[in-house]
Parts: sequence; C-alpha cells; structure tokens
Amino acid sequence: MEKLLNWVDARFPLTATWKAHLSEYYAPKNFNFWYYFGSLALLVLVIQIVTGIFLTMHYKPDAAQAFASVEYIMRDVPYGWLIRYAHSTGASAFFIVVYLHMFRALLYGSHRKPRELIWIFGVLIYLVLMAEAFFGYLLPWGQMSYWGAQVIVNLFAAIPIVGEDLSIWIRGDYVISDATLNRFFAFHVIALPLVLLGLVAAHIVALHEVGSNNPDGVEIKKHKDAQGRPLDGIPFHPYYTVKDILGVVVFLIVFSAILFFAPEMNGYFLEANNFIPADPLKTPEHIAPVWYFTPYYAILRAIPPMFGSQFPGVLAMGVAVLIFFLLPWLDRSPVKSIRYRGPKYKIALTLFVIAFIGLGILGILPATELYTWIARVLTVVYFAFFLLMPWYTKHDTYKQEPERVTEK
Amino acid sequence: MSHRHVVAILLLILVLPFGAGAAGVEVKLDRAPININDRESLQRGARVFVNYCLNCHSANYMRYIRMTDIGLTEAQIKDNLLFAADKPGETMTIAMRTADAKAWFGAAPPDLTVITRSRGPDWVYTYLRTFYRDDTRPTGWNNLVFDKVGMPHVMHELQGHLVPVTREVRGEDGKPHTVIDRLALAKPGKMTLTEYDALVADLVNYLTWMGEPVKAQRMRTGVAVILFLSLFFVVAFYLKREFWRDVH
Repeated sequence: MEKLLNWVDARFPLTATWKAHLSEYYAPKNFNFWYYFGSLALLVLVIQIVTGIFLTMHYKPDAAQAFASVEYIMRDVPYGWLIRYAHSTGASAFFIVVYLHMFRALLYGSHRKPRELIWIFGVLIYLVLMAEAFFGYLLPWGQMSYWGAQVIVNLFAAIPIVGEDLSIWIRGDYVISDATLNRFFAFHVIALPLVLLGLVAAHIVALHEVGSNNPDGVEIKKHKDAQGRPLDGIPFHPYYTVKDILGVVVFLIVFSAILFFAPEMNGYFLEANNFIPADPLKTPEHIAPVWYFTPYYAILRAIPPMFGSQFPGVLAMGVAVLIFFLLPWLDRSPVKSIRYRGPKYKIALTLFVIAFIGLGILGILPATELYTWIARVLTVVYFAFFLLMPWYTKHDTYKQEPERVTEK
Repeated sequence: MSHRHVVAILLLILVLPFGAGAAGVEVKLDRAPININDRESLQRGARVFVNYCLNCHSANYMRYIRMTDIGLTEAQIKDNLLFAADKPGETMTIAMRTADAKAWFGAAPPDLTVITRSRGPDWVYTYLRTFYRDDTRPTGWNNLVFDKVGMPHVMHELQGHLVPVTREVRGEDGKPHTVIDRLALAKPGKMTLTEYDALVADLVNYLTWMGEPVKAQRMRTGVAVILFLSLFFVVAFYLKREFWRDVH
C-alpha cells in the first residue's frame, strides 16, 4: 500500500494535496453555527449535479415533450419522483444555504482584506447560480416556467438601443419557444455547471491560500508555535470533517422533511401554475418569480419608469446584485467582526436584513400602491446599506479586538 | 414601428401581469374531504372519472395499470374501466382532437392528470358543485368559481338544475349591483344534493390521488429516511464530541 502511495506521489501530489487542504490545513478552532454553510453549499452542489445527471437521462428538451417527460419521470421512472423532488428542493436549498453563507461574511467581515478575492469569486458563484436557476426553471415547461422566462428575457429588451435585438438573440426567436428551451437546456446542464465548478475551485483555493476568517475576525496566523502551526488553529481533518458531518446530518433532516412531506412547499418551491403546460397564448393572472429572486423583482417593480422606459428599474435590479462586489472596499471599519463593531454597523446590518426579507415578501405579493411605496422605502434602505457604508463604518465606535481567538 | 412604440409594448408586457393579480374574482371555496388512503372512495371516484370525464378530458400521463395501487386488479381494470384504450399499460388518452374541441367548446378541455396540483382539490370540488342555469351562455350553464365557463354541466342529471338567487348590493360607486347570493335547486336530479356531494368528493379524491400516485409511498419513505438520519445524528454527535475532546 505504501509502495503504491509512493509511486503515485512521485508522479502526482496526492499526499501533498491531502495535507495542504485537509490534514494540515489549519482552521480556527472557534468556528460557530454560521460556519456550517460553506460545506453545506458544497453538499447541495453535489446533490444537484448527481440528481441532475439522472434527470437528464429521462428529460426531453423539446417544447412538445418537455412537460410530459417531467410527468414521466414523476410517475414511470423508478424513484424518478425522488430524484426530481431532490433536484427541485435542492434548488431552493442552494439559495437558502448561500444566503446564510453570505450573511456570515457580513457578520464577521470575511470579505475584508486579505480575503477580497475569495469574496469576488463567491459573488461570481452567486451570479452564476442565479443564471443556472433561471435557465433550469424553464425546463419543466409549465406556465410559470414559460411566463417567468418571458418576463426576465423582456428585461433585457428594456436596455436602450441594443435591447430589442439582444432579447431576440437570447431567445433565438421572437417569443420563448422550442429554440429557447434547447439553448437554456444546454446552458443549464453543461455551460454554467462548468463555470460553477471552476469558480468553486477558485473560491476554495483562494480560501486555503489566506486561511479562514473566524467569529472574532482576528488572524490566527499571527501567533504560531515552533513548527509554524497557528496556535489557535486545528487541522481541518479530522476536526472539522467530523463537525461538518454533524451539520450535514441536521441539514439532511430538514431537507428530507421538505422533500418527502412538502415538496411544493405550499407553492413556493414548486408553483401551482407550473402544473399547467406552457401556453404562449394564455398569460397567467399573476406571474411571480420563485422566492429566491423576489427581493430583486421587488426592486425592479419599485422603480417607476422614466422617460417612458422601464430601463431604470432593470438597471437598479442589476446594480442591486453587482454592488456586492464592492463590499470589501466600502467597509472602512478597523475591526472585522460584529463582536467588536459599534452600534452604527449593527443597526445598518439589521436594517439591511429587514429590507432584503421585506423586499422578498413584497416580490411575491401583487404590486398595489401601498406595497409599491413600501418597496421603494426598502429599496432605498437596501442601497443605503452599501452606499453609506464608507461613512458609517469610518465614524462608528469599536471595541479593541483580542490578540487571540476567544472561547464561545 | 418606432422606437417609442417598441418601448411601449415592452412596458405593457412587463406591467400587465402585475396589475392583473388583483382582478381575479374571489369565491369562498368549500373544503374537499380528501383522504387518499380511502381505497373504496378512490375506486368509486375512478369509475365516475372514466364514465363522466374521460370522454372530453384526457389524463395523458396516467396509465390505467397504475390503478392497481388503489386495490384494483388488472382484470377489474380491463373489465370495468378500459373503454378508451386496448391495454392497461396505456395512458388515459381520448379520441377527440384538440382542433375539434376548440371548435366545439371554444377552448380545448384541459388534461386532468395534474389538475388538482394546479387548481387545488378545493377549487375542483367547489367547481363541480356550483354549475347553475344561465340562458345567456351558449351551453345554458355557468359556474360560480369559473365565470363564463365553456364546459356544460355534464352531471346535471345527477345533481339536478341549480338556479342563482340574487340580491342587491350597493357597490363602491354608490350604484346598486345584482350579485349571486346562493344557488337553489330548481329541478331535482337522480340524486339528493348530499349524495351528489359525496359523489363529487370521491371524484376529487381520485383526481387528487392521480395528481401524484406516489404520494403515500413518498410519505412512508420519508418516515424511514428521517428515522435513519435521527439515529445517524446520535452517532455523529458522539463522534464529534470524542474527536473534539482535546480542543481547548
């Protein structure tokens, strides 16, 4: 066995990779609840890829057959229902996990120097994930698939000058059609997953280069023992592998509870209208995107048309997502963790969470006059969190960070 | 088409669906007494479905043989329910062509395989019990939850004829409006209204089962999976505690 390992190591850095990323990768010993969601995001990615491969074996990317092939998977393919529900539940689970993972960064300053690139790769992952979810949602070819795609692609048409041609180029047709379904399928099953895997690899490599942040926001590499190991670090394997197994089991219990007992999640994970085959001639009464897009959808609707163009709303929606990239440079606080920050950042973050969830709820509801005004206020709060950050983090009070990590 | 027109049309496409949500008429739905484990009810519902629905409506994704899941034998399916197909392995298709259906009814009758998953059992249950006479409609029938419906009351011989009882209400504009208060039985059918409600309950129960025949198995599997994971949690918990004993 050892001879075989030596043979491999002489040709491929197997032991070295194992050591660098697992058995001798030192992670801070004070990770708390919020640090489960990174490994859980990886787990959901694997669930989506594996179930996705099996779905691809039975699904037909053809406007005339797509809806029927999904029902075929649900009824006639052995355990097809399990694979399909795991995939549809996994899509929503992905966003829940990623939103909590991103919130963790806002809590403990994980995006701050020297981890800016980890953050940028992360936001790119988030963007690709949104595109992946959007393309995937067309595939069941139900009414919501069809009209949701219609609304989103029409957003591109609102871009001045090139918009109209751009939207036709995306669809491959003047309306969402068979041509659109086929290209969305190609993007969903190969193009974006490839990009996603590359970005995830870059995200982890960058993380392991600088080392993990922790709830105290202090660098464990500042205090090392004689062998050069961080005093407050423990090897990722076995300590965090066994700890993450615990997180995985708890996650799977929640995941299974939804998958087996409420896969539609009352219409939020699988919308009722999507059990009606796509009909280009019949617009549903109320088009609502899936829940994970609703905060941005609410921002889109909150911005009134200007100069007869919907473009400002589209622009605001795009900026609302892209502004996350700037976060490492907007934050001017001398400390990273919320534990040592002053009241201004705590209030700002609380308001931001309220705005994000509030917009998410408003994006599901019909846009009445009152709701639109609430959405406008929350949109201002959303952007103020980012745009005023240089000011309120600079003038905030803060407590002295400890030299070493603290016990929980 | 000028640039301004293009923008206007796109705007309309964007804005239309948002405003329309509030326009839907809300009728209070009756709660459908669903029990997908009641096999006798499901079997009675299957018979009603095949006799009354499966002439104009298809269930294109449902195979006849699947009804073995609700306690019917292959022979029973063949002898009693197989009118529109040759083999029990086939799906519940119909002979009527979509183009003809559109010409006759104005709209093609929808496939019913997953109708309760889009409309909800309560809607279907209320819909099938609230057809009323309306001479302004081409079929002579209208419906409380689906105004100006194209479908005639197929089971009127069983339920009898209901007529609307109206009352006057003052609208927001201050003018009186006539609204339907309730439906009254004008001409009794072969069944009492209670018997008819029970028949519709069986039918909707069957439709709900057919929407997701695997539901009962899904729940059973779920219980086993969560039990296993709970046991695994105990193992993982003590494993973690053992490994972390030396971390201070």
